Amino acid sequence: MTAVELAGITKRFPGVVANHDIHLTVRKGTVHALVGENGAGKSTLMKILYGMQKPDEGTIAVNGEQVTFSSPADAIARGIGMVHQHFMLADNLTVLENVVLGSEKLYGIGARARRKIKEISERYGLGVKPDLLVEELGVAARQRVEILKVLYRGATTLILDEPTAVLVPQEVDALFDNLRELKAEGLSVIFISHKLGEVLSVADEITVIRRGTTVGTAVPAETTPRQLAEMMVGSELPTPETAESTVTDRPVITVDKLRLEAPGGKALLDDISFTIHAGEVLGIAGVEGNGQTELVDALIGLKHADSGTITLIDEEITGWTTRKRREQGIGYIPEDRHRHGLLLEAPLWENRILGHVTEKPLAKGVWLDPKAAQEDTRRIVEAYDVRTPGIDVTAASLSGGNQQKLIVGREMSHTPRFLIAAHPTRGVDVGAQAAIWDHIREARREGLAVLLISADLDELIGLSDTLRVIYNGKLVADADPATITPEELGSAMTGAATGHLEHEETPEPGEDEAR
Amino acid sequence: MKKFDKERVLLAVAGPVIALAVAFALSSVVLIASGKNPVEPYTLMFEQASFSDIQVLIINQASMYYIAALAVAIGFRMNLFNIGVDGQYQLAAMMAAIVGAHADLPAVIQVPLLLLTALLTGAFWSGIAGVLKVTRGVSEVVATIMLNAIATSVIAYLWLPDVFGVKVGNNNTTGEMHESGWIPGIDMGDAGEIYGLVILAVLLGIGYWVVLNRTRFGFDLRASGASESAAAASGVDPKRMVLTAMLISGGIAGLAGLPILMGDTHTYSLNFPTGIGFLGIGIALLGRNSPVGIAFAALLWAWLDKASPELDFHDYDKEIAVIMQGLIVLSVVVSYEAVREWGLRRQQRRVGAELAAGHVLGADNNTKEVAGR
Repeated sequence: MTAVELAGITKRFPGVVANHDIHLTVRKGTVHALVGENGAGKSTLMKILYGMQKPDEGTIAVNGEQVTFSSPADAIARGIGMVHQHFMLADNLTVLENVVLGSEKLYGIGARARRKIKEISERYGLGVKPDLLVEELGVAARQRVEILKVLYRGATTLILDEPTAVLVPQEVDALFDNLRELKAEGLSVIFISHKLGEVLSVADEITVIRRGTTVGTAVPAETTPRQLAEMMVGSELPTPETAESTVTDRPVITVDKLRLEAPGGKALLDDISFTIHAGEVLGIAGVEGNGQTELVDALIGLKHADSGTITLIDEEITGWTTRKRREQGIGYIPEDRHRHGLLLEAPLWENRILGHVTEKPLAKGVWLDPKAAQEDTRRIVEAYDVRTPGIDVTAASLSGGNQQKLIVGREMSHTPRFLIAAHPTRGVDVGAQAAIWDHIREARREGLAVLLISADLDELIGLSDTLRVIYNGKLVADADPATITPEELGSAMTGAATGHLEHEETPEPGEDEAR
Repeated sequence: MKKFDKERVLLAVAGPVIALAVAFALSSVVLIASGKNPVEPYTLMFEQASFSDIQVLIINQASMYYIAALAVAIGFRMNLFNIGVDGQYQLAAMMAAIVGAHADLPAVIQVPLLLLTALLTGAFWSGIAGVLKVTRGVSEVVATIMLNAIATSVIAYLWLPDVFGVKVGNNNTTGEMHESGWIPGIDMGDAGEIYGLVILAVLLGIGYWVVLNRTRFGFDLRASGASESAAAASGVDPKRMVLTAMLISGGIAGLAGLPILMGDTHTYSLNFPTGIGFLGIGIALLGRNSPVGIAFAALLWAWLDKASPELDFHDYDKEIAVIMQGLIVLSVVVSYEAVREWGLRRQQRRVGAELAAGHVLGADNNTKEVAGR
């Protein structure tokens, strides 16, 4: 019996990858994984299924009946529910209030609703307590509230959009147990991910999407991660591994007892100390929101430390402005390129100037040199393989990967001594990812010091020479990337392990292969 | 990539053209609703524009509108809404008039002195709003509106006979300025005189373009307007930029009243034109903050002002011009946003199409020269 069937779905979109002739069949009582690289079109497809977008062509059938959705309300009425990647919960309300918000008519807002929530929670082993404030909950618990919210509204098909992106490995296992409960009760789950190990462990069926179209389906038992990866990418999967060590003993950036406080006096960063040498990549692992953003802001000068010092080679730069830091050789690949790295509606060559307006060849004295800037933009576009028809188009017309390549090219063009790379390959396609890794490796060989922050543990382990774990604003653990596994790193990210993390020899060939 | 350049021109023109067409159509609806001929007022007003004395009036009026609109536009370029241009230029004109009446230096010193007085007064007045915003987080919109009201009171105070005021009949003035501070006009014979300071307006327009598009400072300012967060990450000190932009905006605003003060009235009296600062907001909007666009918009506004009194003689109400100005501003806001989004999407689509067709920069050698912006 099929729960949901999508046939021939096509969605045309300006500039970016659209959906083209997509076929997807989800059977009842199964977990169906939809895998594909970032930007392959998974989210668009799910928005179509959830009624947020209308397909240009193709049909949607729910329980064998053809339907058209013009809003998420229609989809919900048909038993389709979505758990978004970014949670949509009000922090200052209780779990109960969040769950009933907008569906007051179902079971009221009082005892009946509370009973219903408890019932759902017990039935699927979600462990949700209705009277806690959402702000008191951790990320994993919030996610369970989101799932409960969807079930409360009577969903029989759940869409989970990259649910594991915000979780550490232990929490992922718990989530998968919940999913198994759901399917045992006859519900269907569409699980969107690009992490192959997870997909193979939880899914009953897998549909692979590449460049906006479905390229095939697979059954986990008969598929290896390698095969799946090749279906996803269409070629060999790149690996972020760095060959030989290039670490020198020349310190480039030294941070000593850095402390940064929130307006109320709460420490956002506390007692942060590390040194990065020329040719060294220091990776920072951590669940998002544990001080990574603040650390980057303090290093680039957007926030000023409340105490502690930052030293660049032999000069203390703690009091320097952002501009001076950039002029003196700190490169910056921001976490959110749309907010911090680009002027979306400005042409590429103006974006080339952003952040380096005082530097050669972009300026002569107080004057800009647009000709030289355009010339240099053309050079970057060619050298860094930025796919664009010209340098006069706006940055907004490029895909994420090409925007990021432009940023990397821009930052590398000023021969930085220290590079801050915050999630350098987030939301970019595989090709661009490999290219960005290559550029970072190459710069490292030439003596660049890199601070790498990433949510992708494989990327962190593969690129870093040294690993530190940030938790609650403190660096709580360090590890050797040559031996550590993502699982071991994950337990330190929850604060469960501290100090120097030693790899324990527990042979798990299947698991290793999956990574 | 000539294509994208042509496209930019198309988009730049499409917004105002659509807005004007809509505004004229709506004005006609108003005329029909009040039982009047919906076309004749326009023909009358166009006819007015062909008379040379009206043309001189239009140019003179437009020069002041232009300067005021540039002041507003500087703020707009970095997302600051200096709604206080009105108070800034009035107070500045009055200070210049007072200095002009009491100091009597050779013209080569007197004229720059008066310009500087106006500039600094305007900058000081807007600077108060700038400092409040930077240090206390007060919205510049609220602060400048308040400062407009305060400016009115300050002006009334300065008009008192025992302060700087000189009563001429029933009129409050600041006394006549010394002749060394007068700026001769360009004599157009019977048509009248064009204010000498029209040239200042032109120079300000050129300076505005050069600073914004060709200097580091201008880039930082535009970046701050386009994305505050990206500008901060690029090294712009947001607070300093807010203050600087407010000071420049106020400084330019301070000059807006000078063409008429130094070219015609030679005193600051009750008859001195008011409201130019508010009109400047609409003109800057219509002109899309571009120096050329603002020039057209200022001329359009001045034409509506100077050609409409004729309507009273033909049984129409000249207020139709004011209605039109209002409708233009309304339709401008809507049409620009629509055109901007449409243009952005259109470009994304075309870039997608070009890439799909294999037109990638660097992939072949016959890429065309890129024209500068």
